[in-house]
Amino acid sequence: MVPFVFEWEWDAGHLIFMGLLYMVLGAISLGMIYAFIKTWLDLKDKT
Amino acid sequence: MDLALIPKGVQRCSLKTFLPWTLLWLAFIAWGVVSAFFCLYKGLNQTNMNHYFAFGLWIVFDLSIIALGAGAFFTGFLTHVMGGIFIYPYRENLKPVVNAAVVIGFICYSSAIAMLGIDIGQPLRGWFIFWHANVHSMLTEVSFCITVYLGVLTIEYLPILLSNRKLSEVPEFNIFGNNLHHIVALFAAAGTFLSFFHQGSLGGLYGVLFGRPFAYREGFFIWPWTFFLFILSAIAAGPSFTLLCVWVTEKVTKKKLVNRDAFLTLGKISGWLLAVYLIFKIMDTVSWIYGVVHRAGLSFMDFYSGPYSLWLIIAEIGIFGVIPAIILITPRLREKNTLLIVGALMNIIGIVLNRFVFTIQTLSIPVLPFESFMSYFPTWQEWGIAVGAIGYGILLFSLSYRYLSIFPLEPELSPVKIFGVSVKDFGVVKGG
Repeated sequence: MVPFVFEWEWDAGHLIFMGLLYMVLGAISLGMIYAFIKTWLDLKDKT
Repeated sequence: MDLALIPKGVQRCSLKTFLPWTLLWLAFIAWGVVSAFFCLYKGLNQTNMNHYFAFGLWIVFDLSIIALGAGAFFTGFLTHVMGGIFIYPYRENLKPVVNAAVVIGFICYSSAIAMLGIDIGQPLRGWFIFWHANVHSMLTEVSFCITVYLGVLTIEYLPILLSNRKLSEVPEFNIFGNNLHHIVALFAAAGTFLSFFHQGSLGGLYGVLFGRPFAYREGFFIWPWTFFLFILSAIAAGPSFTLLCVWVTEKVTKKKLVNRDAFLTLGKISGWLLAVYLIFKIMDTVSWIYGVVHRAGLSFMDFYSGPYSLWLIIAEIGIFGVIPAIILITPRLREKNTLLIVGALMNIIGIVLNRFVFTIQTLSIPVLPFESFMSYFPTWQEWGIAVGAIGYGILLFSLSYRYLSIFPLEPELSPVKIFGVSVKDFGVVKGG
């Protein structure tokens, strides 16, 4: 669920629940992006 | 034939021995696939679930394997987060089992989600719970967390998979696997956060059922006491399950795979957490008897006159609770190998019983004056899905053990000897 769908309400329940979910998803995504970029840089250094 | 895939410095049985071993588990999976086909094609009328038992064997099984899979997040938390950022004295003892714990966790969560896919009846509509989320529902929280946590476990499993002898020869895979491994603490922390909430919400799911006095509990803020009890019981059983899986692998392969300190540390952690859990569980049961039950105008024995009688609570808290806790927290008893394994097994049985009680017994108790006690027994299709999940788990663990380095101390503890000389450079296949 994202804020632009019709069921979304700007209340504490939605903000806390979905906020925490997107925070965790963001942390995991950042970790993966870091690993991909680091791999790309390491491979570039190697060649 | 598969010699090139076997990790360096370890010995595996020949393919001729390994293939028949996989056949049994493939047969289990086949039973699961046939059952899944019936349930998806003909519908949930293939099960013995009904308006009384909306939850059945699959939910008992799901809740149990999710609790037993907690070894992955808790071992990862102690090793990578507590051990890496803070001070945790037993970090080195847990390192030899952390990979195995990740594989076990991945198996538990992936099979749980596969089973839920069948349980919801129409898996094509499974995404509804994510898009049309009810943020006040414990079940929504569970769905979000177990799905995301399976993603985390997949990420944690990737470096182990990419360390395979052939895959690691590809520079891109090797470097990517190493880079993922360097930031494993981040994923372990995310996994801990997600696990904490979904383990709790699985308990909260029952604790908020105010129409069912058997399950209903008071609590703290929005969380009933069952929320905290489920977290505690999961982190108590998870390390025991990891311990038992590693011990069974050692017995099947006839090899030493981890040092004794790893077993003892897992047993000790499990024992102390189980003891803490039991103190709170007993307090919760007593306060439930004199609180919720009393206010509902009922007595304790009103809940135990049906098919699931008093023996269940005696078995759950007494036999499979207090006894394993005493075994695992007493150094003299824990150090005896047989007792350590018996203690871990009893701990696991106790937690599975707890999930059974909350799922099946809760639904079997009448809540309206014209109702009577109900009982439930799964159909062969329901058993098939559960057995299929077991077959999938054992098969994936066997394949992971054969082709990946899930026990880093194995080359040291069980060195390969050819003509009396230890060989460390090549994987070896044993004939026969």
